[in-house]
Amino acid sequence: MASSIRVRAVESGGVTSFKALVRHPMDSGFVKDSAGNIVPPHFIQVLTISLNGEDVFVADWGPAVSKDPFLECRFEGAKKGDKLTISWVDNKGESDSTEATIA
Amino acid sequence: MIDQTRRGFLKGVLGAGVAGIALGSGLVPLRAEAAPDASSWPKKAFGTPGVDDTISRLYGMEAVESDKISMDLPTIAQNGAVVPVKVETTLPNVTGIALLVAENPNALAATFKIPKGTLPFVSNRLKMAKTTDVVAVVISDGKAYKATQNVKVTVGGCGG
Repeated sequence: MASSIRVRAVESGGVTSFKALVRHPMDSGFVKDSAGNIVPPHFIQVLTISLNGEDVFVADWGPAVSKDPFLECRFEGAKKGDKLTISWVDNKGESDSTEATIA
Repeated sequence: MIDQTRRGFLKGVLGAGVAGIALGSGLVPLRAEAAPDASSWPKKAFGTPGVDDTISRLYGMEAVESDKISMDLPTIAQNGAVVPVKVETTLPNVTGIALLVAENPNALAATFKIPKGTLPFVSNRLKMAKTTDVVAVVISDGKAYKATQNVKVTVGGCGG
């Protein structure tokens, strides 16, 4: 199964620019479906980006983050070829994780 | 939708299989990838309406206005479901950034932990229920600072 996380990480001048797109419904719990039933909340709560086992970025997300969330951040201390691990867990306990190599 | 149900089903089956093997062999299954720990997710702060109440619940202090926080976001958003927000600051020793939408049912949209070595910059997309302020909070040297920008949300997506 293809990963829910798409990552692009590029190092330039000592700074790694990180972009990720996660496939997730991010249902807020405030929206009704066509039959008038409330769609129960279903959203990513925590997303972590780690480099060699150390977190370089942690996002705590609420239901107000858009569907299929996009995240961009920048960090120092990584070089080309380093491996990043990106993981998320949602409010239903579902999770996914992927590895990316810094280009 | 069908695909999601199927995925959930497959996950369930796989999970049961792994548990079965672990029980059978007496071994603890080694998970290659640990899911992040959601126990420190600030549930109360995410369930609070209003900007000031949310900030004090999240960080235990009040935020003061700062002109050293720059926010890059549209002044008019055609689609309130996807509003790109970019925050950057020149404040020193930043350990956290939070994004709030003032008149959403719950104000807090996202918080970010910024460890040493990570630049005080973040870009994220948020949902906005209606025209209101987007507030960026930055924790610098243990103090909270904020910047605010109003975003007009166009209902129906045809200008105005």
